[in-house]
Amino acid sequence: MTAKGWLTPTVIAVVALVLPLILRDPYPQHILIMILIWATLGTAWNLLGGYAGQVSFGHAAFFGLGAYSAGLLFFHLKISTWWGLLLGPLVATAVAVPIGLICFRLRGPYFALATLALGEIFRLVFTNWVSFTRGAQGILILSTFPTKVPYYYIALAIWGLAMFTLNRLINSKLGYYFVSIREDQDAAESLGIPTTRYKMYALLPSAFLAGLTGAFYMNYIAFIDPHVVFSLGDISVMVILVVMMGGVANPWGAPVGAAIYIALNEIFRAWLGSANVLAFGILVCLVILFLPNGVMGELGQIRRTAFRQKPAAAGGGQK
Amino acid sequence: MSFFKVKNIVKNFGGLTAVNKVSFTVEKGEIFGLIGPNGSGKTTIFNLINRFYPLTSGEIYFQGQRIDGLPTHKICELGIGRTFQVVKPLKRMSVLENVMAGAFLHTSNIARARARALEVLDFCALAHRKDMEAKSLTIADRKRLEIARALATEPKLLLLDETAAGLNPKEQEEAIAIIQKIRDAGITIIIVEHVMKIIMGISNRVLAINFGREIACGTPREIANHPEVIKAYLGEAYA
Repeated sequence: MTAKGWLTPTVIAVVALVLPLILRDPYPQHILIMILIWATLGTAWNLLGGYAGQVSFGHAAFFGLGAYSAGLLFFHLKISTWWGLLLGPLVATAVAVPIGLICFRLRGPYFALATLALGEIFRLVFTNWVSFTRGAQGILILSTFPTKVPYYYIALAIWGLAMFTLNRLINSKLGYYFVSIREDQDAAESLGIPTTRYKMYALLPSAFLAGLTGAFYMNYIAFIDPHVVFSLGDISVMVILVVMMGGVANPWGAPVGAAIYIALNEIFRAWLGSANVLAFGILVCLVILFLPNGVMGELGQIRRTAFRQKPAAAGGGQK
Repeated sequence: MSFFKVKNIVKNFGGLTAVNKVSFTVEKGEIFGLIGPNGSGKTTIFNLINRFYPLTSGEIYFQGQRIDGLPTHKICELGIGRTFQVVKPLKRMSVLENVMAGAFLHTSNIARARARALEVLDFCALAHRKDMEAKSLTIADRKRLEIARALATEPKLLLLDETAAGLNPKEQEEAIAIIQKIRDAGITIIIVEHVMKIIMGISNRVLAINFGREIACGTPREIANHPEVIKAYLGEAYA
């Protein structure tokens, strides 16, 4: 990578590392952690949905499995929920294998429909299998750390891992193959790309990262129940909206989308109450209408509008 | 052992027999033409060779190995590349990236795939378009991109499906030049084409089919004068 290519990530890393030293209140620190959680989950979704074009409507399944892996470790075996950071992603990945093997053979919307069902199946199973999961009562643990700062750095490390994984994958042969499959599966197949196998190569790390995020969520929030972590609306669909807002198939799409989502959530919740989701929904509609490639995807366009420049292509240039 | 051999292949779509007991062999280094009126089964034969559709019955051999039954990507790996009549550019990728997607078949190294792709683009006279998005290409350039992408997989046998359809006479001349260059590079070609100037001008042998059946096979001159072929194209009165 060129020196310039390293500049942006380095600046962001430095800012991210010193941020909790500047924002010392727990409230802004909580917001930052929530942004990191959503940025990681969004990055996981973007790898599969954005780059490989396999739209998942059920990432809550992987997220929830990660969370419950951590929670149940403690509940049944009295083992620290932090081991969930290891077990959670593995369980999520293991569940992803048969799903991929079955659904990726089919064309069209089958994968999306199957993942939609998957999330709901897990929500119902974890709600009703009370002896194993405690059902709707959920799982409550005691927080490990009294302050938010350690959580922040752990969340930052997990997000860093997600960004690193995404960048390594998309800047390799796999990335080219993912996008080829998204653009035209027949063409990809006739170019010698084993499309079923490469869709798996996108699904497995995506499920792994979603599971990891879920396991961290259990540790941080210290309470989970099936309706929260397996939620269709609040997790599965929301993660799609977050990535669409930020930019599908753009490495910075998920983090930017997550920042906008969480910030708006906090701002609107104060004076709109539960209608704050509506505000976010309207904003998503506007983004789809005017910035179809998301905020990061249309950055050039946004800059030109903001600085009132005519687009270079129109031959005008600066006034 | 022939280089490529199709034996008694049949394809039924429900009650319709699209390809009915077609057999032919292609020798290494030749250009083999496949002609027939619209809907006669030419593209279906291509789709059977690279297994977009499974055969109803019959056998296909490539370099002595039976290949019907292998998945599409495996057939490409063995060395059979193809282009599509209805072009399938990877739209939101640049021309270079399209060709790189093909070049990755034989390397996992990005720099090497790029170098190989640039070579192929040069070969197909498409290098000046390398940074354009594939969706903004003209139809002539899209047809050429199809060829470039297939060539990047380094095929031994190339299936060209109507690469000259919809091109103006000048573009057709260029297409012929590229096809001849491919043959001169040692790649065997099976070509489906409606433009008779191309088929008759460059094919070594031609197979004519109608309603999924072979009606004639031979040199371009024999085919052009064959009464069955004339009947299929122009009607009984001219045969």
